[in-house]
Amino acid sequence: MIPGQSPDVDGLRQRYPGHFSPFGRERLIQLLVAVAAVVVLLFGMAQLDFFSGKLAAGIGRLVEIADLMLPPDPGSWAHARTFAIALVQTIAIAFLGTLFAAVLALPVAMLAARNVTAARIVRFLSRRSLDTIRSVDILVWALIWVNVVGLGPFAGALAIMTADIGSFGKLFSEAMEAADRKPVEGILSTGGSHALGIRFGILPEVFPVLVSQVLYYFESNTRSASIIGIVGAGGIGLHLAEAIRTLELQQTSFIILLILVAVAVIDFISNRLRFAVIGPRGGTP
Amino acid sequence: MGSPVVSLPPAQLQPLLAAYDASVRTRRLHTLLVLGCMVVAMAAASASAEVSLSRLIENIDRFPSYIVRLFHLENGQPVWTDVAEWFWGLRRWLRLLGETLLMAYVGTFLGAVGAFGLAFLAAANVAPSPWLRIAVRRFCELCRTVPLLVFALVFVIAFGLGPLGGVLAVLIHTLGALGKQCAEVVENIDMKPVEGVASTGARWHVAMRYGALPQVMSNFVSYTLLRFEINVRESAVMGFVGAGGIGQDLIEAIRKFYYSDVSAILVLILITVALIDTTTSRIRHHLIGMEAPS
Repeated sequence: MIPGQSPDVDGLRQRYPGHFSPFGRERLIQLLVAVAAVVVLLFGMAQLDFFSGKLAAGIGRLVEIADLMLPPDPGSWAHARTFAIALVQTIAIAFLGTLFAAVLALPVAMLAARNVTAARIVRFLSRRSLDTIRSVDILVWALIWVNVVGLGPFAGALAIMTADIGSFGKLFSEAMEAADRKPVEGILSTGGSHALGIRFGILPEVFPVLVSQVLYYFESNTRSASIIGIVGAGGIGLHLAEAIRTLELQQTSFIILLILVAVAVIDFISNRLRFAVIGPRGGTP
Repeated sequence: MGSPVVSLPPAQLQPLLAAYDASVRTRRLHTLLVLGCMVVAMAAASASAEVSLSRLIENIDRFPSYIVRLFHLENGQPVWTDVAEWFWGLRRWLRLLGETLLMAYVGTFLGAVGAFGLAFLAAANVAPSPWLRIAVRRFCELCRTVPLLVFALVFVIAFGLGPLGGVLAVLIHTLGALGKQCAEVVENIDMKPVEGVASTGARWHVAMRYGALPQVMSNFVSYTLLRFEINVRESAVMGFVGAGGIGQDLIEAIRKFYYSDVSAILVLILITVALIDTTTSRIRHHLIGMEAPS
């Protein structure tokens, strides 16, 4: 368009009628979807007590609670020590759970990977069982393991392990399927068996990816481990739930602060290790 | 010799073999060291987490028997012989499941709306002020690092038992998680349209609306749908701490050993989650398909 000259609006209108009509078909559908979404939202908010005055009263109380939480204070040295020990236990739960899940998930992932296991029925079954494991929440696993080995951190570690076998199995098998086929073919062409092909053709290639995924999960598992204590499976969650229920709010904020620091430290360490294993970029399957 | 492979003379081969052996040896040593560290860490962690293999082996039979018991009715019959008895509380559970879905929906919707706004304040390339940007980033970090259930525990005290605390916990967590992801999306946009709009004298919010938003919308929606899937799972356990949804019936059934109820509720949750997952992933693929250059 030349400056000073008005654009050829009529021509444009003719060439792009959709851009000029206020209510094209597409626009109408978008509008209907938006209206429906907002109607469901309002219905939901009404159902969930947003408009009953509970919200305003609660926010007032929340401000009060936040005020009482500051500054974070464990109360006494004995408490601080208990919390520190519980925090170490939390990290131990996350560590053991993640590690054993990774070890146990590896063979299952192999059964579920297309380029490792030829039998379709085995693949189908292992995938469905991984899906089922994954869709049960970690707290439910914790409750089940509490029934098996009793209350305490051991149940927590087993719960994290079980839940993570599902996630790792899926991630690992996807990583293996994304592996380059050529090394395996090379090994087979020299007369190597299928097992040797997997050992020397696939595993060396995917190993750094697997390690990086495991390290990535370590951080999120620390967070999970800090809440499973709520159902009695060890770690700092037990103390946290108790502090909240007995309205020891300064202790509560102290424990939350501890969790945040621990998660940040683990995040930092696992990132460092990850970059050491895979190099600063890459490592994505 | 009939071998087609030509071998190097021994004098040349010897140093090469030696170098190879040395490099293999250092690698093995390295691996052994890492393994040693792992074993030490494992021993320490096992002591702290009260790991007892003997207790596990002694009681491991309880695990399958628990699972088997989940699928038997009170009268000892397998659950599938009397589905009506198995799902005796279907009406109540469906209502609670609906409440769970509404919690996830409202929490995700409101959290996402907030996160969209925060994303533009937190993205390095378009943020109006660096101080505000850092403040928003820290806020998002806090919101997503504190576990969802911890928010729920605190909110239940402030708002009383019931779904309101749960929704707000989902909302806060969504705000933090989506705020970060969306800010990263905004940081990856093409700045030229934004500069173009700004060059016409448009103010910041107008530049964002017409320069940035069209580029990021489909990614935002896709991340929001993904977050919705996660939030449905999280809302299902919110009842464990009294924050509404189907979780309150689930934990009651587990605590009171109503085995068949546990499996019935779990089956309902699994079906719901699977349905939501397939639906949202359909929509997401549709959105990504629109995004891809044709």
